Amino acid sequence: MSPRALKALEPAQTDPGLIRNFCIIAHIDHGKSTLADRMLQLTGIVDARQMRDQYLDRMDIERERGITIKSQAVRLPWELDGQTYALNMIDTPGHVDFTYEVSRSLAACEGAVLLVDAAQGIEAQTLANLYLAMENDLEIIPVLNKIDLPAAQPEKYAEELANLIGGNPEDCLKVSGKTGVGVSELLDKIVRTVPAPVGDPNAPARAMIFDSVYDSYRGVVTYVRMVDGKLNPREQIQMMSTKAVHELLEIGVISPEPIPSKGLGVGEVGYLITGVKDVRQSKVGDTVTTKHHSATTALKGYAEPKPMVFSGIYPIDGSDYPNLREALDKLRLSDASLVYEPETSAALGFGFRCGFLGLLHLEIITERLEREFNLSLIATSPSVVYKVTREDNNEFVVTNPSEFPEGKVKEVQEPMVKATILSPKDYVGTIMELCQTKRGSMLDMQYLGEDRVQLRYRLPLAEIVFDFFDQLKSKTQGYASLDYEDDGFQAGDLVKVDLLLQGEKVDAFSAIVHREKAYNHGVRITSKLRELIPRQQFEVPIQAAIGSRIIARESIRAIRKDVLAKCYGGDITRKRKLLEKQKEGKKRMKMVGRVEVPQEAFIAALSTDEKAEKKAK
Amino acid sequence: MAGKLPDGDPWPVDNKLALNDSGKSFHAYVHIPFCEVRCGYCDFNTYTASEIGPIRRDDFHTSLIREIEFSKTFMKSNGYKPLQLASVFFGGGTPTLFSVGQISEVITSLRNAFGISTDAEITVEANPDTVSASYLDDLSKTGVNRISFGVQSFDSDVLKVLDRTHDPKRVPEVVELAKRSGLRVSVDLIFGTPGESLDSWKRTVGQALELGVEHISAYALIVESGTKLERAIRSKEIAPVDEDLLADKYEWASQMFEDAGLLWYEISNWGNPSVHNRSYWSSSDWWGYGPGAHSHVGGTRWWNRKHPLAYKTSLETGSPAQALEILPERARLEERLLLELRTIDGVENTVLKQLGVQPEKVASYLSQGLVELLPNQKLRVTKRGRLLADGIVLELLSGSEA
Repeated sequence: MSPRALKALEPAQTDPGLIRNFCIIAHIDHGKSTLADRMLQLTGIVDARQMRDQYLDRMDIERERGITIKSQAVRLPWELDGQTYALNMIDTPGHVDFTYEVSRSLAACEGAVLLVDAAQGIEAQTLANLYLAMENDLEIIPVLNKIDLPAAQPEKYAEELANLIGGNPEDCLKVSGKTGVGVSELLDKIVRTVPAPVGDPNAPARAMIFDSVYDSYRGVVTYVRMVDGKLNPREQIQMMSTKAVHELLEIGVISPEPIPSKGLGVGEVGYLITGVKDVRQSKVGDTVTTKHHSATTALKGYAEPKPMVFSGIYPIDGSDYPNLREALDKLRLSDASLVYEPETSAALGFGFRCGFLGLLHLEIITERLEREFNLSLIATSPSVVYKVTREDNNEFVVTNPSEFPEGKVKEVQEPMVKATILSPKDYVGTIMELCQTKRGSMLDMQYLGEDRVQLRYRLPLAEIVFDFFDQLKSKTQGYASLDYEDDGFQAGDLVKVDLLLQGEKVDAFSAIVHREKAYNHGVRITSKLRELIPRQQFEVPIQAAIGSRIIARESIRAIRKDVLAKCYGGDITRKRKLLEKQKEGKKRMKMVGRVEVPQEAFIAALSTDEKAEKKAK
Repeated sequence: MAGKLPDGDPWPVDNKLALNDSGKSFHAYVHIPFCEVRCGYCDFNTYTASEIGPIRRDDFHTSLIREIEFSKTFMKSNGYKPLQLASVFFGGGTPTLFSVGQISEVITSLRNAFGISTDAEITVEANPDTVSASYLDDLSKTGVNRISFGVQSFDSDVLKVLDRTHDPKRVPEVVELAKRSGLRVSVDLIFGTPGESLDSWKRTVGQALELGVEHISAYALIVESGTKLERAIRSKEIAPVDEDLLADKYEWASQMFEDAGLLWYEISNWGNPSVHNRSYWSSSDWWGYGPGAHSHVGGTRWWNRKHPLAYKTSLETGSPAQALEILPERARLEERLLLELRTIDGVENTVLKQLGVQPEKVASYLSQGLVELLPNQKLRVTKRGRLLADGIVLELLSGSEA
């Protein structure tokens, strides 16, 4: 075991040959954050007193859900054979919604630790990221984690990894992030096998922005990987895409808290603070150079993230609309992938149509809006983008079902994805059946090891964003994993199903569904709403319709008794307090025409039974 | 005095309160917090012998009298001049667990303090199985002129669910005895007990009408939190009550009572109106004596400490009140709407105007036939609207605030 480095190397004065930049590719729950914790401890940059679990995960939501949303870079000192090195660990998110963030982290590294749970084997998400890393020519270090678990099968999965990336099963390191076993060997191996960064120290400075984070105290904090040249404190820097010039207020490295340095040199990873307030002014993928000695060609950037899922977000209390706008503006400061524009709904009033990278992203944003900004919101059922062509050849891009054009429609195109599913072979039949019902067509199927299979399907995105992942998990006892990528548009037999309350169309409940599923959808949503909407003082008919054709109907009978019988010995205070409570409850209802609809109805009505039940628990 | 007491402001140490002038009438409620057994549905402030600790039932009236004396001094020192009492109501608990002598001493104390008007209504609540002919005779000589029997149901299976111990067959006999003693008689019925069928309720209504009493209250059972009954429903030992069945029962009973000549005058009350009962609905002034009792005097509401021992102890140094509430104008108006809309007299239209109720909402209810406008410009619920009264008030008030 190597000794901990006694003295860390000074940033800006480190020989690139002594730098190792690596990231960790892992599936959620495969123990990446715990392994990172051990590395922080082992290299001595966090002592036992300061240590807390998942040290690098900053947001409450990250910690609660156990997922990393924003990547971070930490500089770790490490000594091997008497030589001190500087290791930069670049954290990567592990959820399908944030794939684009993974790809930019990879571009800042020369090596990747492929971390796999020794009790579960590789998952689809990890596989996708592994392929990304291999495309980027990264040195891959296969590692099996959680070898302390009784259910661990390191030999079996080492074999599987060797099949995937080549090499011998024996090359696979076996560690436990929990107990710390094997972690220092891993750090040694990183030093030995990950290539040192290469760059021209005398060329004009070029640094790749791989992350940009908004901090309410310091403004935007930009994470960069230096490629050529050097950046110095107080220097004028320039963004190559916009030519905008900013003064460098602070430059430094994270270890694991920000430490200002005398600059950053070739191959180093660190942060810049310029005082800008909006992450879009310091854009991920852009190249930073200096104003006085500018580079001429920018580094290769990344594709901008593209919203895949749309949802209308409305304040329950209409007067909160300006607050919602302000909150979204603030969130956008730190999340460049969040897009939104104002939208009006007849049922819900003023709100915003928001675009998200995926369902998790949607959930995280709505949760942050409610928690951090104290808003009560209704999020309409998620929708994807449709391209609709009318018989008169007018074309429409529809991100909200209520915008679906009236009149005869010639063609509706919907977004497709290429999905990769990894699963034990016993579930292949079940998965195929599920993909069938979700209108998927199989591309290929391949054995990864003796009992694990990779299935590839082409599926409509709309089928995936809805409840595909939940169903996949429940039908395979949680063993299957999923990854997907954008795969263009395809025409489909799609119709808009409207919902009518008391004969009036409620735009927030409209949905675009496949014609064959329209009837089931109608029956489900009407009966669901019958359960969710409380009885009113009058009867409320609920109908589902395609155009003017009613395909399903239900009815909520009028309430017959809504009075408390007695007033105990003059305890009128109690009676009035009950009234106050009911008044508050009424405020949480949304009036749709004369009908009071509870907040939950908007979300729950369109979710599946399984999902609704899960929420109820 | 059911359930947990509300939160409120503290009672002033110097017993000084800015009270409004005396209202249109003055009433007294006297709470006797004792029962032989605790009923499974009851969350009233009452105690069985085993629960009471050092409190003795046979001298508890002295505490009540002490509060009467305190109330007299208190009102005088705050410049409030109480009118002669228009009604006195002994509730509980089981007031008939007091001896006639104890009740008589309380009445005398009230008379000495405030005077009791000659036509005052003085009611005692009673369990049908705790009174005898001689008790009733003696009671009528103390000034008590009305008795309210907690009959609840004539179906012994229903009574069992309610934990009521009396034999329903005894009811006609005690009612007869009470009438013979010169007492006006009211009976309380409860409908909607879990397991009660519509037929069972119809029989109860029929038998209640056969008693020939001048007043009937019929309350839908409210399953209060913290009661044995609520726990049984929560643990699914007992099926919850269907609200539509409650509506059927109410409508049936209402029709039968009215056919029998008992006039409807408040959601759950029929017959010769009780002066005391009406005082609650019309925001009159009353003082509630005894543990957990609520008062409403000169624009202020307060409520006494709940436990008899805490009540008794606090009286030794001053007021037994636990907390009070001075009603802002808007709350006062909302209460009037809430309470008066559900009575035969209705609520003055000006109250709705002052509250800023949207006229179109009123118009909508008028056109649906759920409320009606009386010739004197008062608004009240119609027969069809009675069972929706709370929902109507909520709807009228929503959106009325600035």
